[in-house]
Amino acid sequence: MGFVISVNGRSHEVDLPGGVPLLWVLRDELGLVGTKYGCGVGACGACTVHVGGEAVRSCQMPLEEVAGPVTTIEGLGTPGTPAAIQRAWVEHQVAQCGYCQPGQIMQAAALLGENPAPSDAEIDAAMRGNLCRCGTYERIRAAIHAAARMMREG
Amino acid sequence: MGRLARYTRRAVLLGSAAVAGGVAFGYWQYRRELPNPLRPAPGQAVLNPYLIIDAEGITVIAPRAEMGQGNQSTLAALVAEELEVPWDAVRVLHGPPAQAYYNGALIAGHRTFRDGDAGVMQGLAEAAGEILPKMLGMQVTGGSTAVIDAFDKMRLAGASARETLKVAAARRLGLPVAALAAAGGAIRAPDGTVLGYGELAEEAARIEPVRGVALKPRAQWKLLGRSLPRTDMVAKCTGTAEFGADIRLPGMLFATVRMNPKLGGGMVSFDAGAAEAMPGVEAVLDLGDGIAVVARNTWLAFQAAEAVRIDWGEAPYPPATGRIMAEIARALDDRPNSVLQDVGDVEGALSGAAESGNATVIEAEYRVPYLAHATMEPMNGTALFVPGERLDIWCGTQAPLLARDKAAKIAGLKKDRVHVHVPFLGGGFGRRAEPDAALLAARVAVQLPGVPVKVMWSREEDMRHDFYRPAAIARMRGAVAGGRALALDAKIAAPSVSRQSMQRIAGFAPPGPDREHVAGAIDQPWAIPNYRIAGHLADVAVPVGFWRSVASSFNGFFHECFLDEMAHAAGRDPLEFRLELARAAHAPSAKLLETVARMSDWANKPAGTGRGVAMTWSFSTPVAEVVEVAESPDGIRITRAWVACDVGTALDPGNIRAQMQGGLIFGLSAAVSGEISFEGGEVEQFNFPDYDPLRMNTAPQIQVEVLENNHHIGGVGEPGTPPAAPALANALFDLTGRRARELPLSKTFDFAV
Ligand code: FES
Ligand code: FES
Repeated sequence: MGFVISVNGRSHEVDLPGGVPLLWVLRDELGLVGTKYGCGVGACGACTVHVGGEAVRSCQMPLEEVAGPVTTIEGLGTPGTPAAIQRAWVEHQVAQCGYCQPGQIMQAAALLGENPAPSDAEIDAAMRGNLCRCGTYERIRAAIHAAARMMREG
Repeated sequence: MGRLARYTRRAVLLGSAAVAGGVAFGYWQYRRELPNPLRPAPGQAVLNPYLIIDAEGITVIAPRAEMGQGNQSTLAALVAEELEVPWDAVRVLHGPPAQAYYNGALIAGHRTFRDGDAGVMQGLAEAAGEILPKMLGMQVTGGSTAVIDAFDKMRLAGASARETLKVAAARRLGLPVAALAAAGGAIRAPDGTVLGYGELAEEAARIEPVRGVALKPRAQWKLLGRSLPRTDMVAKCTGTAEFGADIRLPGMLFATVRMNPKLGGGMVSFDAGAAEAMPGVEAVLDLGDGIAVVARNTWLAFQAAEAVRIDWGEAPYPPATGRIMAEIARALDDRPNSVLQDVGDVEGALSGAAESGNATVIEAEYRVPYLAHATMEPMNGTALFVPGERLDIWCGTQAPLLARDKAAKIAGLKKDRVHVHVPFLGGGFGRRAEPDAALLAARVAVQLPGVPVKVMWSREEDMRHDFYRPAAIARMRGAVAGGRALALDAKIAAPSVSRQSMQRIAGFAPPGPDREHVAGAIDQPWAIPNYRIAGHLADVAVPVGFWRSVASSFNGFFHECFLDEMAHAAGRDPLEFRLELARAAHAPSAKLLETVARMSDWANKPAGTGRGVAMTWSFSTPVAEVVEVAESPDGIRITRAWVACDVGTALDPGNIRAQMQGGLIFGLSAAVSGEISFEGGEVEQFNFPDYDPLRMNTAPQIQVEVLENNHHIGGVGEPGTPPAAPALANALFDLTGRRARELPLSKTFDFAV
């Protein structure tokens, strides 16, 4: 047995029961701990990754249902070569404790992939599933607008 | 090199003076002299163990937990400012637990608006009474004290190091010290010679540190007073910041725990048969008052833990919310534990007002529920036990020394054989001041000698095994006449956080008045002529702890909602009414009310909205907030909020604004829907759907102004929280005419979700 999944452009063979959520495959098996556990029930967004380019809650996706390439926060950019959205996050000094931010950034990146110039209302609608107990919402919104500008202007 | 080796090496290095070709300034000196930590001699420059210089650069030890408040960046800036190093050359480490990192500000207590008055600044020193010596080892992050405590200490550490490096350079160059200048991380000589700090570090390590260095005046600050990029920001935006939950050790196993949901009850028996047969399960451990499941990954451990059948003992408190609240209400009839504020003649004023035809007397009872912290990162700890030799614990804790000392008992080791490593905290809010997660990890590790194990709590376990913000009840009476406040009388009952916490730390609770229990109600900057605050302590064994702003979180609500009721009873605008009371007590506080009035354009409220104002002084910082609500087809929305705070000296305005926003949202979240209730002795809330904070679409837009009229530095992590709930409740009254005297407000109003 064993499942083969592609994460951040690398293929991994995973020997685990098919019901194990992608979140724990990433964190415990592959050591990609940038993706966080917050609730395990799809209510907080801390575990958000991209599967086939779409934002999904990895705590709700069993290993056996992973049907596309996975991108995690580690695959989006690195401290040396951050993605535009990560640069916007740094510029706006968004993070406080930072624990929710990988999920916020992955959710926002998916939004900007579909909608290069979201309004405040569209941002609210896309981001409402991502909790931040530190209350960074104001700066998240500003950073999304800034990232949208950066991406439009190249 | 593996992580364990890395951490071990770091811990060893920090314990000695010389650091692989570098130097830890001050550490050896501190150990040798042990000056009285509470009262350093006036004018004495005390070097502290805050700085490592090696060939790679400058590392500042910021010995406070970074749980989102940005304190590590501000602490590092204090050292960097005096040391004269560029901001981007500074790295930050939490460092090992040590007595040297005691939190003096937490012991000294906070400032009130009557700055300098005798008897109003005793804080925890008073509460702690004779066990104060035990507390001197407290390396605690809490009480919004990190920067207050460090403001002089860490600047002096930087200044002393700079001057010592100059002496080293002077000797090498054969020049007088006065001819040299420090700038940009180097010592510069008149002839253009530049010696980097790294080159001089070893030499400097052999020199007696220079003392009595004068600190730079504010006008010369280059880093302090500016909004600096946080040192942890890039890591936190790229998923590379390491939280407790992210620790990975070679050969590590993954565990979870299930402890009695009837909090404090024991375990009668358990049956692990089904769990042990599940895939990936390595062991089910008996912890006495619960079980741990050790597995190949966290999720398998979660599943197996659910499959263990457990017969729990009963809770040591009344099993349902109604009876718990009745217990708290009963405390109001007991003699008060404290009457720390008793100005004028309250009884005389109230009875006189009742008899007079021109005065109005009002009475009201307010209630708030228990609350969970619900930090974004659930509780966890990782540990490795080598029998008879050492125990290592990796845990995002606000109290590493406490964790170390208690873990040493669990492992049967001397304290110096226990090493606590503190990574980033995914939120703390006071929850991580309790050492329980670190100690559970230690208890599991002791049963698995030689095997590193991470103990991750499920969100449900975290939500249902908190040290909760206590429920509280207040009976308020007030009198107004001629548009002015005559009297305010408050009786406040709740279980005591400080007593319970001291009981857990030290084994007994100090007698005497509990000042923390009435914080946020006493010492408020209002000139009310007859003004009394009585604290009543209820004896309920539900675990309670420090929740962002502690008792000010409920006292601010009681006081500021009732002051609003008094304003309306007096026929006055609530902001004008407050302004008059504040002007006569404390000008900088009055200025805050004027500021939020201007920011919100208070006099010109948009149609269809309601506005509420509140101001609370807590943790040495007064904060005024205006909250705006509006009707919408989906229910009531919290549309905008304005915050003005006075922190005396704003060391990092951008970070302070972030903390005020976060504090406000934290308070609003609890006010709208936060409630922990009990049935059958168990907490009824399990996860975010049952305890849902504000989200992007329900949070208001927020503007913050930071003022500097106070003469002392104030805290910033907590003071934004207390005025949030009353400002919202007052706004809802303004919008609907309904006065809610019970939280959460979702019991009374329909909010848009
Ligand atoms: S952990 Fe997946 S949504 Fe919370
Ligand atoms: S930054 Fe702490 S939870 Fe979002």
